[in-house]
Amino acid sequence: MSVETTAKEKKQKKSRVQMPEQEPKVRARNFFEVPTGYTAEMSKEEASRCLQCKNPGCVEGCPVGVDIPGFIKLIHDGDFTKAIRHIWTMNSLPAVCGRVCPQESQCEGKCILAKKGEPVAIGNLERFAADWERANGTGALPPKAAPTGKKVAVVGAGPAGLTVAGDLIQKGHEVTVFEAFHKPGGVLLYGIPEFRLPKEIVAQEVNFLERLGVRVECNSVVGRTVTLDELFEQGYQAIFLGVGAGLPKFMNIPGENLVGILSANEYLTRANLMKAYLFPKVDTPIPRGKDVVVLGGGNVAMDSARTALRLGADRVRLVYRRSREEMPARAAEAHHAEEEGIEFFLLTNPVRYIGNEKGRLVGMECIKMELGEPDASGRRRPVAVKGSEFKIDCDLCIVAVGTGANPLLTSSTPDLKLNKWGYIDTEPASGKTMKKGVWAGGDIVTGSATVILAMGAGRIAANSMHAYLMRGW
Amino acid sequence: MFKIVKREEMSQGTVVLNEIEAPLIAKKAKPGQFVILKANENGERIPLTMAYTDPERGIIAVIYQVVGKSTALFKTLNVGEGYQDVIGPLGKPTHIEKLGKVVCVGGGTGVAVLHPITRAMKQAGNHVIAIIGARTKDLLILEEFMKSASHELHICTDDGSYGRHGFVTHALKDILDKEKVDLVVAIGPVPMMKFVSKLTKEYNVPTLVSLNPIMVDGTGMCGGCRVSVGGKNQFACVDGPEFDGHQVDFDELMMRLQAYCEEEKMCHNEFCMLEESWHKK
Ligand SMILES: Cc1cc2nc3c(=O)[nH]c(=O)nc-3n(C[C@H](O)[C@H](O)[C@H](O)COP(=O)(O)OP(=O)(O)OC[C@H]3O[C@@H](n4cnc5c(N)ncnc54)[C@H](O)[C@@H]3O)c2cc1C
Ligand code: SF4
Ligand code: FES
Repeated sequence: MSVETTAKEKKQKKSRVQMPEQEPKVRARNFFEVPTGYTAEMSKEEASRCLQCKNPGCVEGCPVGVDIPGFIKLIHDGDFTKAIRHIWTMNSLPAVCGRVCPQESQCEGKCILAKKGEPVAIGNLERFAADWERANGTGALPPKAAPTGKKVAVVGAGPAGLTVAGDLIQKGHEVTVFEAFHKPGGVLLYGIPEFRLPKEIVAQEVNFLERLGVRVECNSVVGRTVTLDELFEQGYQAIFLGVGAGLPKFMNIPGENLVGILSANEYLTRANLMKAYLFPKVDTPIPRGKDVVVLGGGNVAMDSARTALRLGADRVRLVYRRSREEMPARAAEAHHAEEEGIEFFLLTNPVRYIGNEKGRLVGMECIKMELGEPDASGRRRPVAVKGSEFKIDCDLCIVAVGTGANPLLTSSTPDLKLNKWGYIDTEPASGKTMKKGVWAGGDIVTGSATVILAMGAGRIAANSMHAYLMRGW
Repeated sequence: MFKIVKREEMSQGTVVLNEIEAPLIAKKAKPGQFVILKANENGERIPLTMAYTDPERGIIAVIYQVVGKSTALFKTLNVGEGYQDVIGPLGKPTHIEKLGKVVCVGGGTGVAVLHPITRAMKQAGNHVIAIIGARTKDLLILEEFMKSASHELHICTDDGSYGRHGFVTHALKDILDKEKVDLVVAIGPVPMMKFVSKLTKEYNVPTLVSLNPIMVDGTGMCGGCRVSVGGKNQFACVDGPEFDGHQVDFDELMMRLQAYCEEEKMCHNEFCMLEESWHKK
């Protein structure tokens, strides 16, 4: 046996450095972040588990191709400043991605160590590097190319739009971001709760862009306040659309307009963007259910359920029509939710809501499901079990069964080509739409996906926009 | 900040007019559209339909009734101060068309919303009859504006202190009995719109109502503003705010408007207060 193999085996045997977290009982009643972050020592220790593979699987699994062994080595060497700069070359929002990426199906899922045991905690390390920079960095700005005199408009200040803004400002263009809400951040701000992604981080990322020279115009509903053609008339030469997939889906079953039934978008926007969990210190109210049911099994459902708990619910049940394996939520979120006491009602689907004489929700009727043949997505399709209806009590129901394309902007821009679901049709290699001078990316192209995919789409579009501005369509 | 350039109290201080500097919105806004206002950092997003705009001066005007925490806060804002956020114009504009004879019925602060539509209907060549009502004389707003915006103005007060003693529905019924009307536009408290729609249905006269459910974003992303119209869900902020009054489920809307009554003790909407007075009728 060679010396190298033994060293390798030793590394494989070391177990993963556990992320310190708030106790489930405590955190279930506050809005502070759940994991508290690695220390420098913990990070170096965890970094030492990396085998520095020649053909690293992790990089293959990363949608934007971050040089993972590269930055892990720098952390291992204690050169945190270089580590974060190394990540930045491929990913401009590491403090966000380290916290919200589905690492188990991306980098960590492809890590060689995952074959025999626990993969390197890549997400935790990425988060550490970014947090370390926020706490100890100089805040120095990256170099900017000489001004090109070209004007770019970005519509939507979510991860896709912010990535485009960051890339193009550094290439010397003048960039203005138009955002419909009164604050920038997209889903990072209004959707993902404080206990998972502190809003201060989002604000800092936006502030960083503003210091680079990006102008952010909030309260600008493009399509209403101003149209794309008017932006061109105002001298913008290229426009990126990153407006997300913000149209809430409902179940379309009887009783859905009873008081006490909210889309997850509404519930989370009240809680996060409007900070309604501080009501009456702030003016926006939010219903505080005692017995809460959340419909769905994705991140949005987990976030809603855990928010309800933090708003004082006695009981929170998550009703999902498939089984645990099919839940699309990040593994960590489902795990955290269970730890906090959220009950999962799997293979269950609601059939109707039950209200009282005042039109308020008091319960719902559900039906048991079983898994049948696989559907188009490859997941086994749930089918109702006849005669298995049963009733449950609840005073608040959050519907988190997905979102669709919001037609507000696209309907005011008839020359954009849409697919049959209303998402914008683009050329994948460039993000170009069918309208000259207009690019699109993120959820408005793919449907609801992930932060990192939205950022990846933003980067592709930014490169294509830069080429267009310098050389033509 | 969106500066308040003019402020006026009406209806014994229960209704306030603000002219606000918002040049981009003023340039774009059409009758029937609304804006969302937020007073300060911790403020709530409140939808208000614009009463008029002046694109040249870059101003929009809103008229609101002081009913809850947020409108009470709005009332404290003086000329020179302003709103942190104003978003708009939102919603679909009123479809203005020459139809013949149009009756515009307004109650309470609904008159403010009705005013630009009435004017536009007249400008489009319609013969416009306006009916406005209030509980009592001192609560009546925009009488002069409505007079000039229409060909004929009828005024009703519940207590008979001014104009006709009775409800707007009585005045409307008399007109419907007498002449052929092509369209009724009714804007006011939900019960008023409900009863007007009930009446015009008997006469088979198409009726537009403007709904003001609880909203958050005003752009179609939360679904909080959903209303049942003809048995189908519609988002008032993007599909409306105007709908066919004969198709709207007003009872459901009334219940949904009370969603936060408990939380606020005072209601978000004018509804809770007005509901009582209408149920006595
Ligand atoms: C509750 C929740 C939890 C999630 N959790 C995760 C997670 O853990 N990990 C993960 O990777 N992904 C998660 N996602 C998905 C992820 O957030 C999205 O895929 C991602 O944010 C999409 O980015 P985007 O830039 O395309 O759009 P968005 O983030 O949706 O941003 C779009 C922006 O455009 C603005 N806008 C819309 N229309 C207009 C207009 N007409 N004019 C101007 N501005 C407009 C919107 O207000 C918004 O700010 C979650 C989503 C939700 C809702
Ligand atoms: S696959 Fe795992 S062990 Fe290999 S380089 Fe990537 S993180 Fe390190
Ligand atoms: S106000 Fe949110 S969808 Fe209408």
